[in-house]
Amino acid sequence: MIPSLPRPAWLRAATALYVGAFLLFLFLPLTVVAVFAFNDAAYPAPPWHGFTLDWFFGNEAQGRVGLFHDTELLGSIWTSCSVALWVTALSVLVGTANAFLMEREQFPGKGVLSMLMLTPLVIPGVILGISILAFASRLADFCSDTFGIEADFLRPGLPLVVLGQFSYIVAIATLTISARLKRFDRSLEDAALNLGASHAAVLWNITLPYLRPAIIGSAAIAFLMSFENFNTTLMLVGSDAPLTIMMYGRMREGATPVLNAVSLFLMTASAVLALSLMRRSKSPRET
Amino acid sequence: MSEAPARARWSRRLVLALLLAPALLWLLALIILPHVDLAVLSFRERVAPREYTPSLAQYRTFFTEPLYWHVFVRTALLSATATLITLLVAFPIAWIIAKLARGRTSALLFVVCLIPFWVSETVRTLGWMILLRESGVLPAILVHLGITAEPVELLYHDATILVGLVYTSLLFMVVPLVGSLESLDNSLIEAAYDLGARGGAILRTIVIPHAAPGITAGCIVVFMLTLGNYLTPTLLGGKNSLWFTEQIYTQFITRFNWEQGAAFGFLLLALSTAMVWLGLKLSGQRFSDVMRRV
Repeated sequence: MIPSLPRPAWLRAATALYVGAFLLFLFLPLTVVAVFAFNDAAYPAPPWHGFTLDWFFGNEAQGRVGLFHDTELLGSIWTSCSVALWVTALSVLVGTANAFLMEREQFPGKGVLSMLMLTPLVIPGVILGISILAFASRLADFCSDTFGIEADFLRPGLPLVVLGQFSYIVAIATLTISARLKRFDRSLEDAALNLGASHAAVLWNITLPYLRPAIIGSAAIAFLMSFENFNTTLMLVGSDAPLTIMMYGRMREGATPVLNAVSLFLMTASAVLALSLMRRSKSPRET
Repeated sequence: MSEAPARARWSRRLVLALLLAPALLWLLALIILPHVDLAVLSFRERVAPREYTPSLAQYRTFFTEPLYWHVFVRTALLSATATLITLLVAFPIAWIIAKLARGRTSALLFVVCLIPFWVSETVRTLGWMILLRESGVLPAILVHLGITAEPVELLYHDATILVGLVYTSLLFMVVPLVGSLESLDNSLIEAAYDLGARGGAILRTIVIPHAAPGITAGCIVVFMLTLGNYLTPTLLGGKNSLWFTEQIYTQFITRFNWEQGAAFGFLLLALSTAMVWLGLKLSGQRFSDVMRRV
């Protein structure tokens, strides 16, 4: 049970075995994805045919299109990045405003509003997607019927994808930033005001720097969640497919190891992001 | 002299208005109005091109067409099963992280458990496909070991969908469980042990009641995410997946029958909300506390 109580040998062995099996379960899928990115065969399947970098650097002349020559795939990575940047910027901005609203202001209906702000987290992503799709189409139809204006950004496409992802990612940013603002010692602001600083100067020099770790953290989470989002995006996507949608399409057709290559690329990027965030949170300056 | 307080009051109001505007815009334009619109869509029927009448036809179709409600019930049951398995798999590891491992080992184990979830679900599913398909890694190993004579297809079964769903959900169970187990005072367990209680009794009377908030939070979130999942069931279950989100997609995108799709969406939302509500009632917790836990 716990270290201070006697544990029989079989229990110790079973615990070690369980941890081993659990880690195997956790890392086996990721390992095979990484390994088969280097297999010299047309499909990511055993047996092992030898090591190759074709799935990264191959071009059409060699008969194998590697990741760095696959314009479609590279394009979709770019699409995902630009969507994620928009979602991150919007979520952090609105999330910060929401945090100040909920922690600093008093107004009627605040309880209802704080409840409403959590609802996007319990609505399945597919339903967020279809509801926004239906509503935006109604608005677009209304615009074209009444004013004769074609509001193309309300039709399925990247602007709608950004709005759809933003609709629930901002709730997470709000939670993260509010939690830190709640712990802020307001006497610091009072001291600065007493010393003659303006409200804007206090916000800029004291409150926002204090919130910085939460803002950076929620920006990283927002970027990652947007990049990986599938459910909401699937319903709102137009002709430009972000990476997850593109990969899904190819996986249904039976794809080449180029998907393994792009996956390995993503894993490395995520690992770098995760490690740098952990380093940040450990450095004493940020606490 | 009376101008200064008046100006201060106005500027406070201005700040409040500026802070309220984005929040209200977000909630109204992206959450409330779209869902009202979806409700309106689901309660109407097309009688002629661009002509609609209010009706319950979409919901009637759901109950009279066996395929639809079969898929619905199946999705709910498989999601519940996946949630239960996730809890059973995650609990021991959460216990080890919170109670058995010390200091650095515990922190390291926790981080290691989180790593796979920094990677996209698409990538993780690709891994399972490479492992499980007929030409994949595990069938080849089974043949090599002489367990099966021919490679067997391990994809496209319900069990495959469950493996994928449990894998995807683990993080959302481990995190709240570790949180609630860490706050359990070891001396309570020691006291129970000294008084003669053994493993099962301690687990039942001390550990589980204490960890109940974490267990509820994990189960609610996992059930919800599983129910709304699309990628894992469709890729690992193939044509046999029969997942309800897939029906919604088919109605909305493939058949362009938005009224029917909207009704399906609402049914899924109702089930999801009901389960969240039930979980909160059973454990006597508040919604906002649960969401902060995860």
